[in-house]
Amino acid sequence: MNTLQNFSKGIIKENPVLVLVLGTCPTLATSTSVTNAIGMGVAATVVLLCSNIVISALRKVIPDKVRIPCYIVLIAGFVTMVQMLVKAFAPALDQSLGIYLPLIVVNCIILGRAEMFANKNKIFDSAVDALGMGAGFTLALILMAAIREVFGNGSFMGMPIPLLSDNKISIMTMAPGGFFVFGCLIALVNKFSANKPKKKDFGCAGCPSAAACGKLSCEKEAAVSD
Amino acid sequence: MTKLIIILLSAVFINNYVLTRFLGICPFLGVSKKLDSATGMSLAVIFVMLMATAVTWPIQMYLLTPNNLGYLQTIVFILVIAALVQLVEIVLKRYIPALHKSLGVYLPLITTNCAVLGVTILNIDEGYTFLEAMVNSLGSGLGFFLAMVMFSGVRSVIEGCDIPKSFKGLPITLVAAAITSLSFLGFGGVIENLFA
Repeated sequence: MNTLQNFSKGIIKENPVLVLVLGTCPTLATSTSVTNAIGMGVAATVVLLCSNIVISALRKVIPDKVRIPCYIVLIAGFVTMVQMLVKAFAPALDQSLGIYLPLIVVNCIILGRAEMFANKNKIFDSAVDALGMGAGFTLALILMAAIREVFGNGSFMGMPIPLLSDNKISIMTMAPGGFFVFGCLIALVNKFSANKPKKKDFGCAGCPSAAACGKLSCEKEAAVSD
Repeated sequence: MTKLIIILLSAVFINNYVLTRFLGICPFLGVSKKLDSATGMSLAVIFVMLMATAVTWPIQMYLLTPNNLGYLQTIVFILVIAALVQLVEIVLKRYIPALHKSLGVYLPLITTNCAVLGVTILNIDEGYTFLEAMVNSLGSGLGFFLAMVMFSGVRSVIEGCDIPKSFKGLPITLVAAAITSLSFLGFGGVIENLFA
């Protein structure tokens, strides 16, 4: 796989949000406005890039049995760094992302890429993979946030849009709108990828708990939802 | 006392973790297919939320804050929760095998569940006392339980429906979640008027 393919697969073919359906919580929660979406996307991308590089560099050092705790510690470290940077340089963003900023630690995209890609590949490839996945995550967030902000708040990145700002559908920025827009976007992706071999609804392979739940829910769920 | 009841009720209904705060969506979508697995998962979540709060609140208040180590919160909490879950699993396996059999499979899943880490961090952010934090965790867990059980009912109805091809599977589940979440919006403002 060449570098370009490696980068672009994260954006389209294996988009972490819309195709692999990882990291649903931050996607739903921070897509209320485009500004938030960009902030969340960039923060998660930075953490993903750092963690992928370091985990790839340490892939021969970390013993296989305790790899998940090691990854979590590394990721939590980077999240703390990002959190401090955001608090210092973008306090407004820190306010609006709130609890979802520290919760990047438990974002499945980051652990998932560590488990699926970074611990098997060279540092450069892992960094490119992280950038691609991060870009895919950010773009999907921006897409969703744009829909929700334009219709729900009548604005784009805070700038009011003439006709729409008088006719807000404010439910779109509330919780139900998040679920609804996300569902419709995934349906749209399914529609366009209908002829291609179908991927599993949940990126179980990337989930750190796959081993534990494999027997129980994931396989059964995946089998039923296919 | 009134404050505790308000915290409990608002955690269950108004700030429902799954349907209004978007925490713990993965298990909500993944394990809500069958009523028994939904119940098992939610009970495990309630259990771990209470345990995690009981451990992380004292750590924050007596260890991190006095020593100006507040910035270590994220790392310490996630590690404590991960270790705690492992410990609970070992203890259950050894002493209460029946409970381990019903909850055991869900426990490892919960380590990286954002609802658990979320509730511990929110308890600190809101400045709750220990008792209030415990009540909030219980309420959050119960709210998760309520959402899971309700939603597993909704999903079993969807099973038999004729759905457009591209909406099959996850998309229709999300749209159903939107409608379920809409019903929870109706609770907004109830608490304020109830105790006014």
